[in-house]
Amino acid sequence: MLTNPFHTPPPPQDFAATGPPVQQRSRRVRLNRMRRHLWNHVVTGLAVLSTVIVIAPLVAILAYLIYKGASSLNLAFFTHIPAPVGEPGGGMANAIVGSGLVLAVASLMGIPVGIAAGVYLAEFGRGGWLASAIRFTADVLNGVPSIVMGIAIYSLIVMRQKHFSALAGGVALAIMMVPTITRTTEEMLATVPHAIREAAYGLGVPRWRTVLSVTLKTASPGIITGCMLAFARVAGETAPLLFTAFGNQFWSLRLNQPIAALPLQIYVYAISPYDEWHRLAWGGSLVLIVLIMVSVTLVRIYANRGVLKGAS
Amino acid sequence: MSSPIISVAQTPRQTDPSGASQGSPVQQDVGPEAPKSAVRQFLMSRSSGKAADTTFLAIMLMCALSIFAIVIFILFILIARSKLSISQFGFKFFTRSAWDPVSGDFGAFAFIYGTLATSLLALLMAVPLALGVAVFLTELCPQKLRAPISFLTELLAAIPSVVYGLWAVFVLVPLMRDQLGPLLQKYLGWTQLFNGYNFGVGLLTASIILAIMILPIISSIARDIMLAVPISQREGVLALGATRWEMIRMGVLRNARIGIVGAIILGLGRALGETMAVTMVIGNHPEIPNSLFSPGYTLASVIANEFTEATGDVYLSALIEIGLALFLVTIVVNAIARALVWAVTRGAPARAH
Repeated sequence: MLTNPFHTPPPPQDFAATGPPVQQRSRRVRLNRMRRHLWNHVVTGLAVLSTVIVIAPLVAILAYLIYKGASSLNLAFFTHIPAPVGEPGGGMANAIVGSGLVLAVASLMGIPVGIAAGVYLAEFGRGGWLASAIRFTADVLNGVPSIVMGIAIYSLIVMRQKHFSALAGGVALAIMMVPTITRTTEEMLATVPHAIREAAYGLGVPRWRTVLSVTLKTASPGIITGCMLAFARVAGETAPLLFTAFGNQFWSLRLNQPIAALPLQIYVYAISPYDEWHRLAWGGSLVLIVLIMVSVTLVRIYANRGVLKGAS
Repeated sequence: MSSPIISVAQTPRQTDPSGASQGSPVQQDVGPEAPKSAVRQFLMSRSSGKAADTTFLAIMLMCALSIFAIVIFILFILIARSKLSISQFGFKFFTRSAWDPVSGDFGAFAFIYGTLATSLLALLMAVPLALGVAVFLTELCPQKLRAPISFLTELLAAIPSVVYGLWAVFVLVPLMRDQLGPLLQKYLGWTQLFNGYNFGVGLLTASIILAIMILPIISSIARDIMLAVPISQREGVLALGATRWEMIRMGVLRNARIGIVGAIILGLGRALGETMAVTMVIGNHPEIPNSLFSPGYTLASVIANEFTEATGDVYLSALIEIGLALFLVTIVVNAIARALVWAVTRGAPARAH
């Protein structure tokens, strides 16, 4: 028997006295309604409050970061390598360039593999058990802690080479990029209307050519978005670089040598006891976060009015 | 019945070439080398499309399989490198809390305890807030505010771990040491949770920063799942005379509960493996903490701190074994969470904006 949970069940009727029970009942209904509406307002208030509490640390972090970071940025920050302990000045030029190099290596390896895997999932494996298994593995791999990637790459490359290297850092970051890119590529390809593929087949275009020049091209804004998001995510990663790229106080552009990276340098400076290094850490954080935020925001704007809107 | 049809079909074929040869024998010699039409030539030239397609499929498949390969390879290499520690300490490795690099005696219990304590505390703080945000965004928020607020919460997810750590070291730790800590000790001291000296760094500080970091992931997935609840469910409950909160509780939260549990477990997975920010504020002290203020250690932060300094094969292999444990635990946790989230959103991808 279904009952309406919002309706207070009428009290057992007493046919002998009709006056007072009606009054009692209406009072109880009114009280019940008041309680329910009060509760409604309380919960609404709590939801708004929790949103405010969540936004607060973000604002606090960003405001403090801009305040501390902006005051420590100058030209030397972008052109000099770190000064020795105790000397004022110095910058993080080598870390910025190093980060760029490691990220370039990671993108070169991670993006093609990720997109190709996404193409397989969306175009060839749709509905099959293999594709489901791969999709699931990608999602799970996405959640593996970055420090574990660091250890694995250390064991594979650094232990063999017997020294830390930029290449090892790039490989670690590339592995972290693959699952994200795969999943977004797949999702974006799924939004491409099937009629476009059929039109290409109808013209006698082979399948590989259809995928490369028709499907991928149609979905390219979304795929670029996915790549940028993956890039932004690994750009701030420190843990996988600790035992692979390792960091370097000097200029180095060689792939098989230890190399400085922005997040690594921030970590080292943040836990150091020197005020001058703390200043550099704040500056570095601001640069890093501006880089990430700009790419994420660009991606959002681009994706919002992208080609995809008309596609589905 | 069939024989006349066959004969009819065969007759033109038999007669056609003969007719052609009869008409002009000169043309028959030229026939094969005669200039073909552009279309025919084009079609002939790309007759190897099948091979190209197969090659393309093979390449794509290889890339897709590389995802399997990565997981298997990580597992294999971690097991291979931690063999020394596994054979020396066995399963006891995870139940003993000795951590003595000098005498080569290793046990990971203190780290497991620290990891679980910080992650669960962080969940305790983050889950109600994240659900509040998700409810606000899907049910209460004016349409105009929805996009900016979800954008802001996603920005929280984009801030790198090390920047959270930096902020925690210079803002949260002094705050905890000078203002929040004494306040907690004064008013909640009777719970015995806040005993001991308050350094500012410790379990509680690490849990707070961890909670801030896992909030966006829980809230954004919970939001997607709530959006996937069909609108008719809400209308049905409202039509029975429910208030808005009753509608949210019975129409939305009850339908989305499996997915929400999935989102929470996903947040747990993230919290278990979070390294940098926690390492910077937890205090890094390999003993089982007896109060929320005492410094502790987590699985991820012991790796981050000691890996490059590990001297001796057993030490290194013990650290790798910790990594292996972290890997397996997060794989299991994530697999469960993904399965739960998929169970809810399958079929209708939760991307309705």
